[in-house]
Order: sequence, then structure tokens, then C-alpha cells
Amino acid sequence: MSLQITDLKIYYQTLRGEVQALESTTFSMADGEIMGLAGESGCGKTTLGHSLIYMKPPMKYMGGQVLLDGEELPIWDMDRMNEFRFKKISIIPQYAMNAMNPTRKIGKMISELLGSRGVDFKAILPELERRLGLVKLSTSVLDMYPIELSGGMKQRMVMVLSTLLNPSLLIADEITSALDVASQKAVAEMLVEFRNQGYCKSAIVITHDISILYQIADSILIMYAGQLAEKASTETIIHAPRHPYTKLLISSLPEIGIKSTEKRLTGIPGNPPLLLNPPVGCRFRERCPVAFEKCTEAPPFIEVEPGHHIACWKEGETNA
Amino acid sequence: MNRYFTRKILIYALTFFLAVTIDWMIPRFMPGDPIQNMLSRANVNADAAQVMYTYYAHAFQLDLPIWQQYLNFWGALFRGDLGISIYLFPTPVAKVLMRAVPYDLFLLLPAILLSWWAGNNFGAFAARSKWLDNTVSPIGYILSATPYMWLGIFLAWLLGIVLNIFPIAGAYSFDLQPSFSWKFIGSVLQHWFLPFFSLFLVMFGGWAIGMRNMVIYELEADYSHYLEALGAPQRLVRKYAFQNGILPQITGLALQLGVIVAGALVTEVVFSYPGIGYLLLAAIQNQDYFLIQGCFLFIIIGVLIANFAIDIIYILVDPRTRRGMTGETA
Repeated sequence: MSLQITDLKIYYQTLRGEVQALESTTFSMADGEIMGLAGESGCGKTTLGHSLIYMKPPMKYMGGQVLLDGEELPIWDMDRMNEFRFKKISIIPQYAMNAMNPTRKIGKMISELLGSRGVDFKAILPELERRLGLVKLSTSVLDMYPIELSGGMKQRMVMVLSTLLNPSLLIADEITSALDVASQKAVAEMLVEFRNQGYCKSAIVITHDISILYQIADSILIMYAGQLAEKASTETIIHAPRHPYTKLLISSLPEIGIKSTEKRLTGIPGNPPLLLNPPVGCRFRERCPVAFEKCTEAPPFIEVEPGHHIACWKEGETNA
Repeated sequence: MNRYFTRKILIYALTFFLAVTIDWMIPRFMPGDPIQNMLSRANVNADAAQVMYTYYAHAFQLDLPIWQQYLNFWGALFRGDLGISIYLFPTPVAKVLMRAVPYDLFLLLPAILLSWWAGNNFGAFAARSKWLDNTVSPIGYILSATPYMWLGIFLAWLLGIVLNIFPIAGAYSFDLQPSFSWKFIGSVLQHWFLPFFSLFLVMFGGWAIGMRNMVIYELEADYSHYLEALGAPQRLVRKYAFQNGILPQITGLALQLGVIVAGALVTEVVFSYPGIGYLLLAAIQNQDYFLIQGCFLFIIIGVLIANFAIDIIYILVDPRTRRGMTGETA
């Protein structure tokens, strides 16, 4: 097991109270797995991703354990986490376009960053240049300022930089969101290539774009309102989802060959609950077509088939 | 590159022309008559006054048509002739100004540079300490929001009159002649301290607040978060924040240095310190056209040179401007 998370609970401290952004989360990832993390805005996917590497206030650690390659990550401790950051766990942030210091040449910035982490820039330079070639960037970008690069180039540059020390786990937060469709595909494929080359052992790809996950992810984890809904292999999630939310989510995706005049796309009626004071039990139950009395208790996230986990009383029971 | 500079220089030349024209106009549109002023001080009888008036008006070329005066003014300016002071007749304006400039430099250069250096470092330091930020920043706000005149008078009253530590007027003791003796230098420093310190305090507060805000902004910028997420030590993150935060402060510094020759009018008036600011006030009170023109000319040239210097410094320190510039020429 590459990553093992047990009962992880993250809240946001706000003036109006605690926002329960991530409720007791338990799941694990295999070595070499690219796991897609999907859900609508505000469902806690970025919270989950960031809490693993950079938990800054107002994010608040409420409990739980994170094991990476069998070693516990002190995610609640900003200083002790420094040892793990970049080397064991790394991130391609959502804001990759602005991730580099605008007044430093990229190469100089990288060398200063590596120097501060006790890594010899000269020794790693050939490898860096090789990887730049892999993402189709010329080595001359190292001699440029971030502003001289296009958005897509910056995205790829940050991708190379984030994985330069071969982290065990890479968190890729919305890496395709700001790109056009052609670049989206290219960046997504590069991520798979990086995994195949061993530049990162496994990766969590946070996105709301399920079609991208269909192309690159081995498994998909669906979240809803701070709770895990379903985790299974990509094929299963797309073709045979079992959680009512996943079913509705997948059915609301457009399909090729079906005209909207023949079959109108349906959404999911209703809105996600506010997490400042969320309903008890299953947080989807108010929008769920199959909800019943028992849903006022929070359903456990159980394995219904090998590698297929869901949190739903209805679906869980039929198999249990 | 060349196109950039040609365009800049053209803009500066045009600005210079307009500013100097306005400079020439201002004293001439003031109500009153400088020669009448001078003669009334001299207390001569009416007939003599009439003769003297004609003589002086001719000597200062104030009897010519106004357009002729304007053309003559430009002609003289290019010969480096700023005219003769009416108030300090017959000293040439250039000489009057040159006597005052060293005092300005001596007073303002240390005040601006030291307050800039100390304010920036202190502001950056305050930005990362909540405790310091909560206690000292309000003092900075109070200092920079206090009307300077009030602070100057307060300091003069407290340190000069109540505690009697520092003298409150002049550049050196009135009973001394300028010389290279320890006594004279000591007296100069003693007289220099109060105006310097009051200026330093006010500017320090301004710089510190500006830098504090800039550094907080930079520390919250995406690139800072990315560095932290990659485990970069605070030292590196803060270094970058400081270096990027100081860019706007450089503009501020250059602008301050540009008006250095203008002196610090209020300071020099409050402490009777004989710099250009003090001179300008005297010139205006006496309607001394040529001296007013000369003082303003110094200010115009200073501001333009400082702005030009900022343009060049920015190209050197901020790659974003550099790129904008080459982008234009490409």
C-alpha cells in the first residue's frame, strides 16, 4: 500500500464556526495507482489533497492518521512536514500559472529551492534537462522568467519541478482546468508517462472533469459534501456505479452520438448542503432518490466487491 | 531598446518644456510687483522712486512685452543664466541656490536613505511577527498620519525648549563663522539633528507601513505558497517576498530623492534651516520672480532626472518591465 488514510478529519476554522469539510475519511491507494478524486465544487477534494502536504490555517486537523509507504506523515505539524514535502510527497498546485517567483529566472529559482533542501542542483541538472525534453520544453526555459512562458508551458514546467525529487505521492490539483482541450490531453498523458517512468510512484488527480479521469486514472474516488461516496476502478465507476450519487453524476455527463434533442441531459435536482452545519447521517440523502429512514445514520465506507468501496445503506446492504 | 529610449527622452523633453513654461508663468501671475516691493523697503522719495523703478524695470527686463520676456527667459536658460535675485540684489540666482543646496543634501540625503533602509527592514520584520505588528504598526500609522508641521513643532518644543538639548533654529550657532574647526562642525551637527530626526521619524513610519503591507501581500502570493508546499525554509520564502516587495519602494525612494533639491519646505521653515525650501518661502514672500523660477527649475530637473532613473532602475531590477520593453520593440 502506498497511501493509507484512516479516519482523517479536517475542519475549517471560521468566525461562524467550524466548516466540516472532510468527515472521517478512510481509504487506501496501491503502489503505482493514479487515483482520480472527483466531485462538485466544495465537496472537499482540494481539502483532502492539500491536507496531506500543506495544512495551513484556517485548515484544522481534527484527527486521523496518514501513512505513506508505511511511515506516518505528521500532517498537523507544519515544520515536521517539511522533511517529507517535495521528497516524499509533492504537489502540482491549482495555481500553477502563478507558482513561480516572477522576478527570478526559472533555473535560478530551482537551484535556490533545491539548495535550501540540501540537494545539489549541478548534479540533478542533466536529469532536469532530460525531463524538460520529455514534456517538450527546451532547456532554454531555465534561463527565462516565468512571464516569458505560456500558460501551458508554465503548467509543464511546474509538473517537472514538482516531481524532480521522485516523490512517492504526487497530488495534481486541477492540472488541466486552465488549459485548452488539446493541452489538457497532452498534460494528462504526461502525468501517466511520469508515473510509468517512476518520477512519482502514485498520484492523486483532483478534478471535476471526469472525462479526463476516464483517460488516465486507474481508479476514481467520488466525494460528496465532505464524505467519501464511492471508490472503484475507473471502468466500474463509469460503467457500473453503485452509489446513487455516482449514478446520477455519471448519467449527467454528455455522451457522444446522442443528440440533446433526443435525450435531454439531466442534472441532479437540489444543491449540496452547507458544511457549516451539515445534516447528520448521509449528506446526500436529501437529494437521493432511494433514501430511507436508516440514512439519518452515517453509512460506513465498506468494500462491497474487491477494490470497490461505497458508503450507502441501500447498496451496501444488498451485498452484505 | 533604442526606440524605447527615444520615446522616453521625447516625453521627458516635452514635460520639461511644459513644466518650465508653467514655472515662468506662476510668479508673473501672482498679484503684486517685485520692484515696488523692493523700493518700498528702501524708503526713497516719490520722484526718486519713479526713476529707480524705471531703471530696475529695465535692468530686470520687466518693461518688455510679455512674449519677449518669455523668449528671453528661454534664451538665458540655455546660457545657464538664471537671472539676478531681486530679494538678495545683486546676487545671481544660481549663486543663491548653490549656497542653499549643500544644506538640503546634508539634511535630506541621510534622512531619506536611512529611513528607507530602516523602514523597509523593519516593515518586513513586522510583517512576520504578529506581536510586533500589533504593537508597532499602529505607531507607524500615527507617525505618518501626524501633520508634519505639528510633529516638527512638538519636537522642537520638547527637545529644544523643555529639555533644552538641541537648538531649534539655523544651520549653526549664530555666533560662529563657518570654518573647519571641531567647534563649528559640532554646532552644525547639533543644529542638524532636530530637522533630521523629525524627517526621519515621519518617513520611517511611511516606509515601514508600505513594506509591511507589501511583504504580507507577497507572502500570501501563490509562488510563496508553492515554495512552502515544496518544503522551502522560511528564510528563502521571506527572501523572495522581501525582494519582490521592495520594488514599489524603489520607485518611492527615487521620487523622494528627486525632490531632494526642493528641500523640505515645512521642515526648513519650522527649524529655520537655510535650504532651498526656506529660500523658496522667502522668494515668494518677496515676489522674487527669478529666485522662485530658479527654485522651481531645480525641483523640475530633480524630479525628471529621478523619474528617468526609476525607469532605468526598473528595467534592471524587474524582468517584467524589461520584457514589456523588448516586447514593444519586437
